[in-house]
Amino acid sequence: MATPLLQVHNLNVEAGGNRILTGIDLEIAPGEVHAIMGPNGSGKSTLAHVLAGREGYDITAGEVLYEGRNLLELEPEERARGGVFLAFQYPVEIPGVNNTYFLKAAVNAVRKHRGETELDAMDFLALVKEKMKLLEMDDSLLNRPVNEGFSGGEKKRNEILQMALLDPRLAVLDETDSGLDIDALRIVARGVDSMRGAERSFLVVTHYQRLLDYIVPDHVHVLANGRIVKSGGKELALELEEKGYSWIDDEVVKEAR
Amino acid sequence: MIRVEGVPGLYAKRFAELETQCSDDGSCWLGPLRQQAMQSFEAQGFPTTRLEEWRYFDLGPLRKTELHHVHDRERVNLRRETLAGYHVHCLPGALLVFVDGYFEPVLSATRSLPAGVEVRDLATAIRMQPDLLGEHLGRYAQVERNAFVALNTAMLYDGAFVHVPRGVVVDSPIHLMFVSTGTRGPTVSHPRTIVVAEEGAELTLIEDYVSTTDDVYFTNPVIEIALAPNARLEHYKLERDSKKAFHVAGMAVHQERDSRFASTSISFGGHLVRNDVSCMLDGEGAECTLNGLNVIGEHQLVDDHTRIVHAKPHCTSEELYKSILDGFAEGVFNGAIVVAKDAQKTSSQQTNRNLVLSRHALMNTKPQLEIYADDVKCSHGATVGELDEDASFYLRTRGIDADTARRILTYAFANDVLGRIVIEPLRKTVESELFAFIPVGLDTKQPC
Ligand SMILES: Nc1ncnc2c1ncn2[C@@H]1O[C@H](COP(=O)(O)OP(=O)(O)OP(=O)(O)O)[C@@H](O)[C@H]1O
Ligand SMILES: [Mg+2]
Repeated sequence: MATPLLQVHNLNVEAGGNRILTGIDLEIAPGEVHAIMGPNGSGKSTLAHVLAGREGYDITAGEVLYEGRNLLELEPEERARGGVFLAFQYPVEIPGVNNTYFLKAAVNAVRKHRGETELDAMDFLALVKEKMKLLEMDDSLLNRPVNEGFSGGEKKRNEILQMALLDPRLAVLDETDSGLDIDALRIVARGVDSMRGAERSFLVVTHYQRLLDYIVPDHVHVLANGRIVKSGGKELALELEEKGYSWIDDEVVKEAR
Repeated sequence: MIRVEGVPGLYAKRFAELETQCSDDGSCWLGPLRQQAMQSFEAQGFPTTRLEEWRYFDLGPLRKTELHHVHDRERVNLRRETLAGYHVHCLPGALLVFVDGYFEPVLSATRSLPAGVEVRDLATAIRMQPDLLGEHLGRYAQVERNAFVALNTAMLYDGAFVHVPRGVVVDSPIHLMFVSTGTRGPTVSHPRTIVVAEEGAELTLIEDYVSTTDDVYFTNPVIEIALAPNARLEHYKLERDSKKAFHVAGMAVHQERDSRFASTSISFGGHLVRNDVSCMLDGEGAECTLNGLNVIGEHQLVDDHTRIVHAKPHCTSEELYKSILDGFAEGVFNGAIVVAKDAQKTSSQQTNRNLVLSRHALMNTKPQLEIYADDVKCSHGATVGELDEDASFYLRTRGIDADTARRILTYAFANDVLGRIVIEPLRKTVESELFAFIPVGLDTKQPC
């Protein structure tokens, strides 16, 4: 097996005095797609945020290695430039900042870090329009403030657009499918799927099998109460869809005995 | 009124000078106005922080500064090249330049004005047009309300006069540049501007306060604006004084039926800055919009006091004031809205938003609504906040560093007020001042 792109060992996280993640272990090899499912409040977004570098969490134990390096000591922007991307469950609205300006600033920040030349306005526009076409996004979204007044679906597409522009090695998608109608889901999922490759890995947080119909995962994990309580192949997602989460609880309880 | 002290010697001396030289400069007809103002200033004295209206505006530093008036003979010869660096790049239209309070014809250009439009120095207008001027001068800016309006009026000598006749539209902005050189020790000037727009007239006016040095000086301007029925004025004030300057200004607007006044006031400079703005909506259907943006740091203080009086029914007023405060800066917003008993169907909206970038900076904001009519729509809201952490994190997860994220968000905060600056060259100038405060990698240098 190739050296993992991401290694999470015994990750314990607290916030506001609550223990949220209690001993997460996870390894993602280059090119793999891992899905994380789990009930509301189980800690999925917390894991995603900790990987992206959000402040306000206490890492009380464990480590996270990305490309073999300690990810947790890096600033969020350093992680992003190094190829870690988070598609937010709730993308942030930024009034007063033009979407094009924002996207260009982001692309050029990352390009600069990679030693590539920064794109000028023309080249950037060509690139962004090509990617938008793929996601069937309306050009007018470029001239609006970042996410402000975007519909739920437009926000999610804007996230995937950013992913496509930033060309990450590890993409963490936090419920990118929530709030999408059936057509939008298909478009977004195909967009994501087209980015799959031997060098790129995905950590996909979702509640629904329907996303995984398009982005077929190599591994599925169930997160409950801050722990991965079960892992399996793609069939696990189908089983969850059918039976819900309660049977796992029973199983875990049995195992514990 | 609490009388603090008598008139400081320099003002008494200046007042006497103006009285003696009035027969030479043709300003003797102003004698009664100046005298009344002087008495009023004497009676009021410099306000202290014990007065509610001046609570946050401590004049101590101004009082301790030894100032002097520049005399006609000893004016600073400001070179054209020196001034060029301060021009609003690519701005068309008439330009009047005042240096330390005096009109400087060599640096000015009143080109391409439509027939009948007068844009000239006030000293000339005082001499040539006492009748027209007499109808407006001192009528809107009331000396009893404000000691600094009284002081300006008592020291009245030069400034600008703008008169647009009935139905005339002036397309290009009229730019008034008040330059302080501060080169010969701390100076004081009291420029007065009178703007008269007759029925249906339209114009755009920019008041611009600049300094060619970093020195201490005191500018005490007053502008009076009379808008006849259906007249329109788009007004801008750009205050980019030296960081050591004192700037205590008054603006009084009188609006008749269906007139429209829109003002955007931007402050970057000054150590102690005060803007007293009063708008009298004195005819049905009049509209008044006041916007403000203050971007300050260090130990700067900008104090905005606005007062909009809805005297007649069916008038509309809207206010959007924003401040960005860094360092030890302090901001004050006090927005009074007065709706008279008969002013039914008044619509008034006031918004004051403030971004505090440092934990030492401070904002004092207070709406002040006095509503005597019952059928009105009045709303107001004020916020004081820090940069949005979530937005900052979002930008950083896209590779944008923390410092740039902070700058982008600061710029974004100011963006809606900037958007209200319709004149593109002026907006660019304001943006570049803003970028100097928060350098953002945006390219603002563009050909005209
Ligand atoms: N900063 C915080 N302070 C206190 N508690 C927090 C904080 N952040 C998250 N939590 C709590 O941690 C738990 C996990 O939250 P998280 O958002 O990770 O859940 P999730 O699995 O993403 O849920 P959902 O499926 O609803 O998105 C919740 O109970 C939440 O309230
Ligand atoms: Mg979540």
